[in-house]
Amino acid sequence: MSPRPQHLLFIASPGRLFVLALALAATAVALCGCARPTTASAAPAVAPVVLDYWEKWTGFEAEAMRALVDDFNASQSRIRVRYLPVSQIERKLLLATAGGNPPDLAGIYAYLLPVYAENNALTPLDSLARRAGLHGADYLPFVWAACRHQGFLWALPTTPAVTALHWNKKAFREAGLDPERPPRTLAELEAFNDKLLVRDADGRLLRLGHSPQEPGWWNAYWVACFGGALWDPAAGFRADGPEMQAAFRWAGSYPRRFGAHELQRLRNGFGSFASPQNPFFTGRVAMVMQGPWMFNFIRDFAPADFEWGVAPFPSAVPGSPGFAIAESDVLVIPAGARHPAEAFTFMAYVNRPENLERLCLAQKKLSPLRAVSADFYTKHSNPYIRDFAAIAASEGLVSFPPVTVWSEYQDALNNAFDLMCLGDRDALDLLAPLQARLREQELRKQARWERVRATRLEEWKRHDQN
Amino acid sequence: MTKTERRELAAGLLFISPWAAGFLIFCLYPLLQAARLSLADYSVLSAPVYIGLENYRLLLRDELFWQSVLNTFWFAAFSVPIGAIVPLSLALLLNFNLPGRDLFRTVFFLPSLLPLVCLGVLWQWLLNGDIGLINSFLRPACEAFSALLGTPLRPPNWLSDPAWTKPALLIAGAWTTGNAVVIYLAGLQDVPRHLYEAAEIDGASPLQRFRHVTLPMLSPVIYFNGVMSVIGSLQVFGLSYVLTGGGDGPDRSLLFMATYVYRRAFDYWDMGYACALGLVLFLIVLTVTLLAHFVGRRFTHYESK
Repeated sequence: MSPRPQHLLFIASPGRLFVLALALAATAVALCGCARPTTASAAPAVAPVVLDYWEKWTGFEAEAMRALVDDFNASQSRIRVRYLPVSQIERKLLLATAGGNPPDLAGIYAYLLPVYAENNALTPLDSLARRAGLHGADYLPFVWAACRHQGFLWALPTTPAVTALHWNKKAFREAGLDPERPPRTLAELEAFNDKLLVRDADGRLLRLGHSPQEPGWWNAYWVACFGGALWDPAAGFRADGPEMQAAFRWAGSYPRRFGAHELQRLRNGFGSFASPQNPFFTGRVAMVMQGPWMFNFIRDFAPADFEWGVAPFPSAVPGSPGFAIAESDVLVIPAGARHPAEAFTFMAYVNRPENLERLCLAQKKLSPLRAVSADFYTKHSNPYIRDFAAIAASEGLVSFPPVTVWSEYQDALNNAFDLMCLGDRDALDLLAPLQARLREQELRKQARWERVRATRLEEWKRHDQN
Repeated sequence: MTKTERRELAAGLLFISPWAAGFLIFCLYPLLQAARLSLADYSVLSAPVYIGLENYRLLLRDELFWQSVLNTFWFAAFSVPIGAIVPLSLALLLNFNLPGRDLFRTVFFLPSLLPLVCLGVLWQWLLNGDIGLINSFLRPACEAFSALLGTPLRPPNWLSDPAWTKPALLIAGAWTTGNAVVIYLAGLQDVPRHLYEAAEIDGASPLQRFRHVTLPMLSPVIYFNGVMSVIGSLQVFGLSYVLTGGGDGPDRSLLFMATYVYRRAFDYWDMGYACALGLVLFLIVLTVTLLAHFVGRRFTHYESK
């Protein structure tokens, strides 16, 4: 009899087989651990319904919501909210929802609603809101409009924001400008810009009055500063419209006036937004467009003697009171969430006026409600919150367009805008091919929606009636 | 087949089964799914709607796709030679029996241990056009040349000037050649001493010994590193993604094929089109790798043959 090969001995030995089987079983158990726990497990009958809540905020904003979650959990015993701040929530929520394992509720940006809604990734909330006695008329119009898409309600608001001009009073004083008087027209802003400009002996730029690329989050929105719209319900995007061209020509004037290489070099030296190296705090840019959240960062990162003011950002349109972008943070219930009714109970709790005010005070933001309590503004630590509230109540706010290709459109316009700021470009040469490409993408997405539109609307209506 | 052979076959299959299962589940299945979904309009959240070859037709006239292909090939054209010459030169230097050799070997390998994100953030600062360390070295040199030539010469804005972003990425990428250096060093230490001794007896100069002994003996290693470098260069994504803060760079100068697949899939919810792009990227990488394989094989010398 020939001896058994050594490598077969490893397999054939009963002890080894047992170890192998044990290892396989452990792997199987570990893999099972990845699956979603079922609520029908051995939980006692009186156990509370546990809701998973993913929130995009981190830092002090996350803590403000955590306080509200803790109070909700303490206020009753039927529902327990498990709160988890999540970065890059738009991607993680997409994958979790596609994988059939979404959280019960999520805090996202309102501009994501059209793409999530049209892809059937959210739960319509109309009937739940009706039953909870929530009415759109109680909210700021732009906030409630941002929560709706295709005739349905998809979210409840938490903290909205509008943008305004922030200016550095010390820099104004140094430039011989009145520190209490901000520019009121775009032409005046550019005149101030020239006065605020500082170069060293070698001609290197040390300070700009204003840069349309700072902070660079809203480059596509500049069209509204020139009286144009981001999107037209009939014609779709108009990336090559006259107002967009005007905005681009304005951006193109910067490299001509200040030198493309120097502008780039100066921008390279700008530190990250949430740091003491923020160019507004270091005095490298004297005027920026920002929202009410800027107050928190000024308090945390700007020098102790930093003096600043807030006013409507000037518009290029004669007679216009100003230009402002309106945004809102919202709460949604992803499609496939296990406990939508309980999740809405928590959302309605957050939307109680006293709780919304508490959250907005803690996050130093505006209230989404039309009416606020008498001491909301006196309790608010942002000294300019009334100015923001006045802007939020004004006409002509610009908000994201209700289309699913917004991210792509914004990226394309940002790229073209940055090119314009590199100098020697013609606005129409950049915008005309971009419009053709984006329009094709828009029509593709529209065709995708048209293929499922009737079914979706029917499903949502049925859901609303249940 | 005898009983022993059957048992050996069964044991062999059992031992390769983890790899085979991994390949089937994590490679072949996703590849087949990607091929299927590339024929669909698919946003991940909704059921795919089959639209035939529409995604591929769109791809042919998509200027961003072509820009990503050009950017990728531009990068690979420089990255592959640099990825061969720099580590080979370093390995040759580190192969000399000099004091501190082990320290230098460690130093050159260290950057390979850094996570890619740390590396990207580090190079973001090094390459900063205003306050970066590289430009602080270049600035005095530029000023000296400016005075000499009479024309202003300025250090580049590496990451904000479209003309300089790809060279910046090449510089940052060249820092992680530690793995290749280790493989070249192992190859160099495998070259039999007697071949050098024979060449020396025949009167070969150091350059001739390198040309006629080192290079042929090292050719399988060069070939391996070359093929891996081609594949890596065509799939470039991580470092450029971090350097640009998740973007494509100015004028989309750092939009590579892999970046474009990612953006289409996860930024624009266009998974069907991303699958088509991914499949085309796969075919391009496969073709170029096969080409490199057949060309490289002609110049590869195996001692055992």
